[in-house]
Amino acid sequence: MDYLDYVQMTKGQKFAYKLKSFFAAIPKVIVKLFMYIGYFFKKLFTIIGTGLKGYGYRFAKGDIGTKLSFIIMGAGNMMHRQIAKGLIFLATEVAYIWFMISFGSVQISKIFSMNVDVFRDGSTIVSGALGSEPPLKQENMLGVEEIVNLDTLDNSNKILLFFVMTVLISIAFFAIYIANTKSAFATQQQLKEGVKPASFLAEMKDFLDEKFHVTLLTLPVLLLMLFTVLPIIFTIFMAFTNYDKEHQPPGSLYWWVGFDNFADVFYANPMKSETFGKILVWTLVWAVFATFTNYIFGIILALMINKKGIKFKGFWRTMFVITAAVPQFVTLLIMRLLLGDNTGLNAMWGTSIPFLSDATWARITVIVVNMWVGIPYTMLISSGLLMNIPADLYESARIDGANAFQQFTKITFPYIFFVTTPYLITTFVGNINNFNVIYFLTGGGPSPSNYYQAGQTDLLVTWLYKLTVNSSDFNLAAVIGIIVFVICAIGSLITFNNSKAAKNEEEFS
Amino acid sequence: MTQSQSSKEMATGYAARTKAFNILVYVILAVMVIVWIFPIVWLILQSLRGEEGISTPYFFPHEITFKNYVRLFTDERFPFLRWFFNTLFVAVLSCVISTLFILMVSYAFSRLRFKSRKTFLNFGLILGMFPGFMSMAATYSIMEIFGLKQQLIALVIVYSAGAGLGYQVAKGFFDTIPRSLDEAAKIDGATRNQIFWQIILPLSKPIIVYTALTTFIGPWADYIFVSYFMKDNSDNWTVALGLYQMLGNQTMSEYFTVFCAGAVVIAIPITVLFVIMQRFYVEGVTGGAVKG
Repeated sequence: MDYLDYVQMTKGQKFAYKLKSFFAAIPKVIVKLFMYIGYFFKKLFTIIGTGLKGYGYRFAKGDIGTKLSFIIMGAGNMMHRQIAKGLIFLATEVAYIWFMISFGSVQISKIFSMNVDVFRDGSTIVSGALGSEPPLKQENMLGVEEIVNLDTLDNSNKILLFFVMTVLISIAFFAIYIANTKSAFATQQQLKEGVKPASFLAEMKDFLDEKFHVTLLTLPVLLLMLFTVLPIIFTIFMAFTNYDKEHQPPGSLYWWVGFDNFADVFYANPMKSETFGKILVWTLVWAVFATFTNYIFGIILALMINKKGIKFKGFWRTMFVITAAVPQFVTLLIMRLLLGDNTGLNAMWGTSIPFLSDATWARITVIVVNMWVGIPYTMLISSGLLMNIPADLYESARIDGANAFQQFTKITFPYIFFVTTPYLITTFVGNINNFNVIYFLTGGGPSPSNYYQAGQTDLLVTWLYKLTVNSSDFNLAAVIGIIVFVICAIGSLITFNNSKAAKNEEEFS
Repeated sequence: MTQSQSSKEMATGYAARTKAFNILVYVILAVMVIVWIFPIVWLILQSLRGEEGISTPYFFPHEITFKNYVRLFTDERFPFLRWFFNTLFVAVLSCVISTLFILMVSYAFSRLRFKSRKTFLNFGLILGMFPGFMSMAATYSIMEIFGLKQQLIALVIVYSAGAGLGYQVAKGFFDTIPRSLDEAAKIDGATRNQIFWQIILPLSKPIIVYTALTTFIGPWADYIFVSYFMKDNSDNWTVALGLYQMLGNQTMSEYFTVFCAGAVVIAIPITVLFVIMQRFYVEGVTGGAVKG
């Protein structure tokens, strides 16, 4: 369909067309997701290819020093008169080899040991466990089983953690190794051209200028690797084990179970999969309602406060900002007490409205309270935007005879909507992850017995929290975390595709 | 009737309509303010209430007293003062570290061009999509191995180690500082290190204040990590967890008014900070959007 057809449609048809194209775009986004993955692998292989080519080229064209540095790191630099740099490379290699021999190789070897579990009734299970020797259990004098030798025997948790750590360290070492061959070759070329390779001091000084990004980023990235990336990889691995409350190290080992946990969540375990389905639907419903109610009413509030002729603008704004400024856990706990079964409003009115204890009531209440929490934020943000709308737009509209309502529908709303689309989708993703409102208000409840460790107002993230903290179902929690990640990734991809700011990043710098 | 008369009548009619509409807006705003302020007023009144118990069937307490505040700071079962200093310790340390990290990372991504810049940016984007506390159990194991189990330092690390990921707002701000400044300094022989400390940072006071503020408030309001990391070590609780525990089933009726007093004490400084700094908040959040 081309533009002419579209213009000739009636308003209703236009709306239907837009709606249709919105839903038609969803499969496209999913296709695009896979295209991105494909593109990623293509790029990865190109990088590996050019990397290998460069690696071979450097070895073929290198002199004896460069060639030697392919085995003994830093040899090239030392022979090309960069003693200090060469020694640093050499020390890295020695440290890495020592680490692998004494520690790393042990961790890697234990990651998939065969484990034979003998149960009391004599049955056995052979499985790929993390570690081979479960701690011994002995009966003590009171006849209770007690774990002995905790520290000397295998702890699946530590094995998995150290394995991930070893892999990350190896990747870092590999990068340094490649840098070493490049450095050796570069100094060789410089000597050939009669240029004296930079002194150690000069190279160090370069870290404050040409290579300043290395200085700035090293520490933040290192800590990020250790305390964010490492735990995330660790958690993703957990999703493929049976690390739950029955298999808690150091008391017992846990082992690999493949995709069993994912199967449990999607279909294999009726209780878990039903809980998951219901929570997923409620999470999406909640995110849609929470996002749009806040957005629409926040903009209306901002329009009212900023309307020409309304006085005390500062007063109105401050009143609403105060409620936004109070820490959320305080306001939400207050709301919980205000809306309790026989506290707060119910006590004052002498009623017993089940604001938070009946599923339907509770779902409506959390959305309404979320409006109370969120509308001031939207008001604050859109107030700033309203002032940014160029005044001459209104001027010319007025000359053309547009009334206030037309000015709103044709100028104000399209402008705000255009500018805030990225914000809207960020808020949507934020609401999928909205822990505070649900957890502090209802705690996820009411919790019927056919929900697995969850309640009827639980979101995926609050379920994740409960699985981690209350029931120690770490494997299930990890699966839920991965699913939330996928949902957010699709959401963000849609934003990223549509936002101009992302495409033209350089234009504004 | 001449034309000017009719237009005058139209104008007065228009003015009357506008006035009526404005009055309507005032009424709606007033009602909304009452609804929005009501829970906060209720909280303050409850914190001053002399009567015991969870709640009263009337709005204004019959007996106004400050004994809840006195009890808040002297009670032995719930050592609020200790939690307060714990929180202060964690908040100050993570504020300093996080602010430094965020400024460093956002300067690097905004002003410096290097080979793997795009890769890093995409990497950060992907990491940001994992739910923040998904890997809580794994982080706990790591802390255990480092011997930081249930230590306050572990909380500082959790709040500030990943701070580098929150570079977007500050990067957006740095992007708006003219590049000609950097170039002029470079011609005068300044290194990038000097440009960062002596030219960009002095121009970035608003964003430094904003970053410091958000990273300071974060630990005050966080419940999730404290509740898992400190579980049963009540000596190292922070105020959010401590106040939440006051509302447990056994202690709620006794401590409800004390909880309200604690909530007021925590809320006042943060509210004042936020109201003063709201301009920076709005600039921070909309900075990227307005450009687009």
